[in-house]
Amino acid sequence: MEGAHSQASGMGGMRTAGDLVARVQMSKRLRLKEAKEYVAGKLGCGVRDLSDPVAMELIRREHGLGLLTMTSSTYPAEPGMMEAKFNIAEKLGLHINCVELFKERAGIRA
Amino acid sequence: MGDGALVEMTRSEIKADLEEGTRIAARKAKVPELTQDELDHLLDIYASAARFTAVDIGEEVVLSNDGTGTKHIGNRVQDLQSYETLLGVDMVELWQADYSYKAVKTNVAHEGQSMKIAQALLTNPVQYGAMPDLGRYSQPDGPIPNWSELLPLGKIDEARDAQVEACTMLVGDIEFVADAMIAAGADGIDMDTTGAAGDADFLAALTACRKLREKYPWLGIEIGMASEFVLGMHGQLEFDGQRLAGLWPKDQLRMVEAAGGSIYGPAVNINTGKSTAWNIARAITFIKPAAEVATIPVHVNVGMGVGGVPTCLFPPADATSRAGKAFIEILKIDGY
Repeated sequence: MEGAHSQASGMGGMRTAGDLVARVQMSKRLRLKEAKEYVAGKLGCGVRDLSDPVAMELIRREHGLGLLTMTSSTYPAEPGMMEAKFNIAEKLGLHINCVELFKERAGIRA
Repeated sequence: MGDGALVEMTRSEIKADLEEGTRIAARKAKVPELTQDELDHLLDIYASAARFTAVDIGEEVVLSNDGTGTKHIGNRVQDLQSYETLLGVDMVELWQADYSYKAVKTNVAHEGQSMKIAQALLTNPVQYGAMPDLGRYSQPDGPIPNWSELLPLGKIDEARDAQVEACTMLVGDIEFVADAMIAAGADGIDMDTTGAAGDADFLAALTACRKLREKYPWLGIEIGMASEFVLGMHGQLEFDGQRLAGLWPKDQLRMVEAAGGSIYGPAVNINTGKSTAWNIARAITFIKPAAEVATIPVHVNVGMGVGGVPTCLFPPADATSRAGKAFIEILKIDGY
């Protein structure tokens, strides 16, 4: 069922900007249109780009926002997982809990 | 059909079901029926012979998947990674098989450790989810006298007192679990099937939501409902002066907004004896007044047995995709 939903109408998660729009919905409580506009504004792209996997691959790579690793495409030298979340927090102006805790517990000072 | 059975229907039969579904919902909830344009649009979706359908490019929404990390294949964190990588969902949810805040409380350290590991391995937002599940506090599972047994005995005051006491315990447990998950790095908290035990269950979720919002202004808080209607098991409980018994989605939403929720998830249960067309018209009619006025994201529950998706183990892809397309194109929802 989740597969059907994902293909029928999902933004695409990390393939695109779905995770980014989701974070804005959660943290800033913005409805979809406003959340998409917020993310597009921060990334300097169009709203339509946010669900385009080809456009978003370039944008995510440019800003270090994390890329999905697949069989023939891995990116060990690119920001990923926690590293990517540091960049997402900064680029989108979001409080990401695990990022803030990481800084605090690892003794990282601004 | 609502039970997943495949049936053949003429265009006229589907049209009649759509009209009946909206008519019944409108009468029950005292809300407007769907417009002719909306019914015509639904007819186009539901009369299609295609085995799969989808929204237009650019109209995609956020998928906030409760119930990910289900140990389908590997461990729970690996399942979350599968959803992130292979299914491309936008949010994932860590949860345990005994999906109840009262149950999680006794296992919170281990749940927190799983959350910590998940946060290190995923880029997707990871929320922690469970049910408020107020009934778990009543005897024999919990310490409080069972109000479902007291009510038929005519012990109304005792039944109400029991629910209030259980509600207080539940608020404390939700807060306890949420604090632990947030300390482990959680991006959000999900209260799933809220209101399943009636108005006291809903009150507990709203109260906990407000407390969490005050402590964590940035936290994602999703309140997903159990049903289109809040049952008045107590009947007199209020939140911000609003009686909770008898609330339909529009007023459920208003309460979630007031409590500080990030996402409101209405749920409309399937009638398994009716067609999916009948069910979707009914569901959209109930939810439309809420979607029109929402100031926070609305993520409709479109899953097994709710939101137009049949009640069966493996919902057919055509039914699932039609339901999602219908909600998005008619109601402009923010996700599901």
